[in-house]
Amino acid sequence: MNDPWWLVLIKVVVLFVVLLVWTIFNVWYERRLVGKMQHRLGPIMNGPLGLGQALADGMKLLIKEDFMPSMVDRVLFTVAPMIAGTAAFTAWAVIPFGGEVEMFGVKTYLQLTDLPVGVLVLLAVTSVGIYGFVLAGWSSNSPYSLLGGLRSSAQMISYEIAMGLSLVAVFLYAGSMSTHDIVEAQRTPLLPFNVDIGLQTWYWLLLLPSFVIYVIAMVGETNRAPFDLPEAESELVSGYITEYSGFRYAVYFLAEYINMATVSAIATTLFVGGYLPIWPLNLIEPLNNPWLGPIFFVIKVQLFISLFVWLRGTLPRFRYDQFMKLGWKGLIPISLAWIIVIATVSALRQENLLQGPILWGSIILIALAIAAIMFVGEKPEPEPAPDTGPFDAFAGGYPVPPMPGQVLPELQDVIPSTAEPQRPVGEEQ
Amino acid sequence: MIPLVTGQEVTFWIVAPLMVLGALGLLFLRKAVYAALSMAFVMVNLAVLYASLNAMFLTFVQIIVYTGAIMMLFLFVLMLVGVDTPDSVVETLKGQKVAAWLAGAGMLGLIVFGIGGSLAGGPQVGLDEANAAHGGNVESLAALIFGRHVFVFELTSALLITAAVGAMVLGQHARVRPKPTQRDLAEKRMREYAEDGVHPGTLPNSGVIARHNGIAVPALLPDGTVSEASVSQALAMRGVILDSPALSRTTAEAFEAIEGARAEEDES
Repeated sequence: MNDPWWLVLIKVVVLFVVLLVWTIFNVWYERRLVGKMQHRLGPIMNGPLGLGQALADGMKLLIKEDFMPSMVDRVLFTVAPMIAGTAAFTAWAVIPFGGEVEMFGVKTYLQLTDLPVGVLVLLAVTSVGIYGFVLAGWSSNSPYSLLGGLRSSAQMISYEIAMGLSLVAVFLYAGSMSTHDIVEAQRTPLLPFNVDIGLQTWYWLLLLPSFVIYVIAMVGETNRAPFDLPEAESELVSGYITEYSGFRYAVYFLAEYINMATVSAIATTLFVGGYLPIWPLNLIEPLNNPWLGPIFFVIKVQLFISLFVWLRGTLPRFRYDQFMKLGWKGLIPISLAWIIVIATVSALRQENLLQGPILWGSIILIALAIAAIMFVGEKPEPEPAPDTGPFDAFAGGYPVPPMPGQVLPELQDVIPSTAEPQRPVGEEQ
Repeated sequence: MIPLVTGQEVTFWIVAPLMVLGALGLLFLRKAVYAALSMAFVMVNLAVLYASLNAMFLTFVQIIVYTGAIMMLFLFVLMLVGVDTPDSVVETLKGQKVAAWLAGAGMLGLIVFGIGGSLAGGPQVGLDEANAAHGGNVESLAALIFGRHVFVFELTSALLITAAVGAMVLGQHARVRPKPTQRDLAEKRMREYAEDGVHPGTLPNSGVIARHNGIAVPALLPDGTVSEASVSQALAMRGVILDSPALSRTTAEAFEAIEGARAEEDES
């Protein structure tokens, strides 16, 4: 689709403004939502609903002194945030906000550009963006930054493999790598028991294992909790951005939030129908207007961002080796096996072999495999019976605290008081 | 007549000099990280050239695989060297230089004969027809990779896997005893406490006094004595920790002063 230059310019400017405003909104949104989850309010003082807080924080970062430590590598220290910021914005070029519309007499898609290899562009841009984080870690000339940068690169490379593998199943089903075509392919009606109730073949249901792997990998890819090891503040101060301040820090902050929105947008596009209306709404014909696409798209992306916030508010941070184990020994083998299954099924379907004895044979085989996994595996150890005997302070040869139900021998005669605790004499109210 | 200038040519004449600069940077920059980055720069520009030739798939695969994965791993190793470390120019492998020259000459021959052969011989059908053969750029590439050239790719992957496994085997060292788990360590700590009374918790922090705060300053216990466990034994061996008797003397003097003042108060 070849757009005239002025249309491209309009799209670029709109995209840029939308991303900046959305990021500011997301900062506020995350703080309010995580506050709700932790039984507090979050920013409420400035502006309506506290929305002015994020804006003011952004302005503060812009006009703050841009401090550069003396021992850093001056060139790369400046280049690194540029790479990270550019990559974060570039990824949005191939994200479809809506279907085909007519704008000033020109038929165009509501997306900056539609390439036949659109999803690969996203992967490529992400892998270039890693340079921003790694170089920040190296050029800062500080052990914390370096470790943060190393962790970041190792983490993103590992999880990008799992992510790319989980996307392969989508390519196989959609028969295309263009983001627009993938969304349009999800418009195909889904007919449970041959009844048309307006359901569409969104891939999260059709390719559930891929979707689950993608969602895990996208959290790892964006360095967000519980996978925020590159900036683990209890170990690395704040990882690769330890030495950054002012505008350069702001760029990293911006890039992190845009990346979060980017991976959410990829998930939306590839697995939950992109700009297509959500199920019961697509039965109402006026809501299928392509100009309404961006609204549905933004709602879906915002739901994914809420998932990020939810994870952050719920889960503790992983240990680094456990995290790597999950990626290399869990996600990658599972997605490889899943790709083989998907490829076999679609090949059988193309040859029209997926019927009669082969279909039933494979169903029985899968059922047996699931049964084997469920019942043959290790039996869980039975819970040890609670020890109600007298308390032995040196059970097993070294000092142990009392188990539940046991009382320390020296406390056996103590009767707990029922009186109200008195305030010490002489203490002021 | 004005010669027709295509977008491809413009891109080439912009990108090619940049690529040459990047390649020279790889050879002549002193810092290893800069050299690696200039190589990444060459690779990105190569991708730009592919894009100008309408090879979209190759463009992004080039960026993902070479810039994103391979150069990143190079950088990963180089970064561990540190910012200020100069390159070592000592030749560690015998005959490495000769082998490098030979390999370079072989590579040059491959490039010259490969490109020359495709320029001189064989019919050229053009990009559109080649793409149309299987219904698209990606599909045609897939047909070639998994059809005509499948054995070459399989052999290459076998070679790469052998190399990767070899590197892992050479890099591994056999463990003399099994690696202790967290549980083993905790149990060992408790056993030591039960048997020898070794403190099972973390060691005391260093530098917990008012005048100094550093890893070379030992902590003082509540009675004013110095806690040897609060400083690194390596520092103690080098003799760079602060004089502990002097420190504890300060505390002792403070205590004496306080007690003296109390005694005076009691007298009066």
